[in-house]
Amino acid sequence: MGRFYALEKQPGIRVAAPPAPDRFAFLDAGTLRETLADYADARSTRVTLRIPSMHCLACVWLLENLFRMNPAIGPARVDFTRRTLTLSFDHNQLPFSGLVHLLTALGYEPDLNLGVLREDKTRGAPADRGLWLRIGTAGFAFGNIMLLSIPSYLGMKESELFRPFFGWLSLGLALPVLLFSASSYWRAAVLGVRRRMLTIDFPIAIGLAALFGQSAFDVATGTGVGYFDSFAGLVFFLLCGRWFQQKSFEWLSFDRDYRAYFPLSVTRLTATGAQAISITELKIGDRIRVRHGELVPADARLLSGTAQLDYSFVTGEAVPVERQPGNLLHAGGRQLGSAIELETIKETSRSYLASLWDHEAFRKPREFTLNNLTNRAGRWFTAAVLLLSLGAATWWFAYDAKLAPRVFTSILIVACPCALALAAPFALGAAVRLLARHHIYLKNTDALEALAHVDTVVLDKTGTLTRARPTANYTGESLTEAEWHAIRAVASQSTHPVSRAIAGPDSAIPQAPVANFTEIEGRGVRGIVDGTVVTIGSAKWIAENSRAPVTVPDGATGVTIDGQFRGYFNIVSELRTDVSRLVEALGKGRKIALFSGDQDTERSRYEGWLGPDADLRFSLKPTDKLEAVRSFQQGGRRVMMIGDGLNDAGALRQSDVGIAVTEQASSFSPASDVIMEADQVERLPKLLRFARYTITVVYVSFGLSLLYNVVGLTFAARGALSPMVSAILMPVSSFSVVAFALLATRAVAARTGWGTPRREVLA
Amino acid sequence: MSVLFLLILASLAVALLFLGAFWWSVRSGQFDDTSTPPLRMLSEEDHAGEELEKRKEL
Repeated sequence: MGRFYALEKQPGIRVAAPPAPDRFAFLDAGTLRETLADYADARSTRVTLRIPSMHCLACVWLLENLFRMNPAIGPARVDFTRRTLTLSFDHNQLPFSGLVHLLTALGYEPDLNLGVLREDKTRGAPADRGLWLRIGTAGFAFGNIMLLSIPSYLGMKESELFRPFFGWLSLGLALPVLLFSASSYWRAAVLGVRRRMLTIDFPIAIGLAALFGQSAFDVATGTGVGYFDSFAGLVFFLLCGRWFQQKSFEWLSFDRDYRAYFPLSVTRLTATGAQAISITELKIGDRIRVRHGELVPADARLLSGTAQLDYSFVTGEAVPVERQPGNLLHAGGRQLGSAIELETIKETSRSYLASLWDHEAFRKPREFTLNNLTNRAGRWFTAAVLLLSLGAATWWFAYDAKLAPRVFTSILIVACPCALALAAPFALGAAVRLLARHHIYLKNTDALEALAHVDTVVLDKTGTLTRARPTANYTGESLTEAEWHAIRAVASQSTHPVSRAIAGPDSAIPQAPVANFTEIEGRGVRGIVDGTVVTIGSAKWIAENSRAPVTVPDGATGVTIDGQFRGYFNIVSELRTDVSRLVEALGKGRKIALFSGDQDTERSRYEGWLGPDADLRFSLKPTDKLEAVRSFQQGGRRVMMIGDGLNDAGALRQSDVGIAVTEQASSFSPASDVIMEADQVERLPKLLRFARYTITVVYVSFGLSLLYNVVGLTFAARGALSPMVSAILMPVSSFSVVAFALLATRAVAARTGWGTPRREVLA
Repeated sequence: MSVLFLLILASLAVALLFLGAFWWSVRSGQFDDTSTPPLRMLSEEDHAGEELEKRKEL
C-alpha cells in the first residue's frame, strides 16, 4: 500500500475526524442498498458512488486497489471525469454501511444525498455512444473513399475502366454517412424550417445535401466520380468538432436541484427508540430528531426544544430564526442549538424549499443557445449563400443554360460554412478547458460569450467580497485543547454573530454538552462544560465579572475560564480580496452594483471601496435581487452577477451570466453558469478580458474560413471545380481553421494571465 | 487488371469487418470513459487486475 505515497508526493486530503460508527447505519436499513446499487444478487452488490474528493492519480490507484484493504471488496473501477467509483462487494461479509465508512475514513466520502437516488444511471450510455459510432462510420467512409479517389486526383486516363466502379463504390460508402452520421443535420434543418429557428446546422445541411446530390448525379450519369471524399470528410470533421466540445463539459454536472442539498438519512423516533432512516421513507406524522448542524428535511411542527434555524440558504436572512414548541418550521433550515424534536407535516418533495426552486426564474428556458455567435453567423451566411447561388445560376442561365445547375450546386458546396461551424467550438472549447484547470468551471460555451459582452457587474456582498463567516482572532494567554473545546461549545449555543465567529466552522464544533447555558443580551454568554465555567462577553461585562483587573480593548470580546480572565477575541469580517483594486479593474467602462441581504450598517465602508457611481442596495430578499437584475436587463444592460449561489440563486439564473463562488467545487448551486473557486475571485477582471479576446479569436477564425470560401468560390463560379481542388480545399480549410483557433486561444490565454496553473488539477 | 475488381471488393470486405469490430467495441462500453485509462496507465506495476486474478485462484 506504500504505492500511494510513491504516486503522490503531496496527498491532499486530511479527514478532520474519523466518522462516528453509526453514522451510516441507515444505509443498511430497508431496501436502500438495492435502490442505490447497479446490480445485486445473493452474494454481491455492485454500486456506483460519486466521490468528489478524488483529485489525483494516487486517488485513482487507491480506490481501484481497495480490495487489498478488505477481502470482501472486489474489482473496482474509477471514472475520473465523472468522479465516480464502481465496485462490487460481498454484502454478506461487509455491509454497505461498512463500505461507506471505510471510504470516508480514507478521506473519500461518497456524496450521499437525496439527489443520488434519482440520478440517471445511464448517463453517458446512449447519447455519447451514438456520437462515437457516427464518427467511426464517417471516418471509415472518408478514408476508403479517398483511396478510391486517388486515380482521379492524379488524373489517370487508364482509369476509364474503373471509373464507374469506383464511383458507385464511393456512392455506396457515402450512403451510411448520409443516412446515419449526418442525420442530426437533417433533423436540425427540418426542425429549423418548421419552427423558424435557424441555427448554423441549416446552411451546413444545405451544403452537404448539395454535395451529395451533385456527386450522385455525376456518378449516375457517368460524368465523373463526384466529391464523396469531401462529403464524408466534412461530416467526419464536423462530428469531431462536436465531440471535442462535449469533452469539455463532462466534469461538473450542472443539473442539480434542491434534492442535492438534502441528506439521505434522517433520525426517526419511534416507540422502540431512535433509528436512522432514508429521507424518502419519511411520512407525514413521523417524529424526527434534528441535531445541531443538521437540516430540517421537511415542513414540520416543533415538538420540543428551542429551534434556532439558519435559513440563509433559503431566504438570505443571515440572522437565525428562533421558534418555540408548537410553531411551524419550514424545510431547509439548519438547526444551530441543541437537538430538537419535530413532527413532519409535509413530505420532502412538496415542501417550501421545493417551491422556492420551482420559482418561475428556474423554469424559463435560456434562449442564448439559439442566439449565440455561431448561429447568428450561420443565419447571415445562409442568406448570403442562397442569394449568391441563385444569382449566379440565373446569370449563367442566360449564357449557357447547361452549366447553370452545376454552378448553383458548386456554390452551395463550396460555400459550406463548415469551417465556420468548427471555429467556435474549438476556440471556446479550448478556452473552457483552460479555465477549468484554474478551477473556474463554465456550464457551456455560451457562458463564455456572455462574459465577453458584460457591461454591468452585480456583486453579492456575503460570500463574494467577504468570507461567508467572519473570523475571530484571539489574543491572550495560551489555552489548552480542552479549554478551546469548552469555549467553542459554549459559543455555539448562541446565535449572536460574534459567538458564531468564535465557534468557528460548523464542522469543527465539538458535541460536548453544555450545562447551565445562559445568554444575556448585550453582555455575553456563560456555560459549563465538563465542570469548566466559561464566560464570553463584552469588555465591560467581563470586567465586572472577573476577580482580577482585566484589559480588554473596546469592541473586542473577552473570555474567562473558571472566573479567570484569559484573553480576548477580535472579530474581523475578512475580505477575500483587495476590493478596491478588484472593483477598479472591473469597472473600466462597466457599472458596478452591490446587493446584500443584510442591513446597511456597512454602507459607508463599501461606498468607499466601490466608488460613488456604484449602486449599493441592502436588505434585499432573494426575490428583490432577482427583480433588480431583471430591471437592469430591461434597461438594455448585460448583467453579470456573482454570488455564493445559496440565497441569490434566482438572481444568478436571471442574469446573463451568473457566477457562483464556492470554497469547494463539489458543493455548489445549480443556478449559475460559471462556478469559481473562492481563491480565483480576484482574477475576475482577467476572466472578462480573456473572454473578450477569445471571442476575437473566433471572429478571426471566421474570417479565415471565409477566405477559403472566397478562394473556392472563384473556382466554382468559373465552373472549374474539380474533385482534386475540392478534396484539397476541404481538409486544408478545416485543419487550418481548427489549428488557428486552438493555438490562438492558447496564446491569448498566456497573454491575459491564464497560462499553466500553479496548482495543477487533472481535469 | 480486371482482377482489381475482386481485390478491391475483398479488401473492402475486410475493412468492413474492422468497422463491425469498432461498432461492437463502442456498444460494449469501451468508449464510455476515455480519460481514466490514460491516468491508470501511468502507474507501471501493481495492476489491480493481476492481483485479483491471483486471489481468485487461491
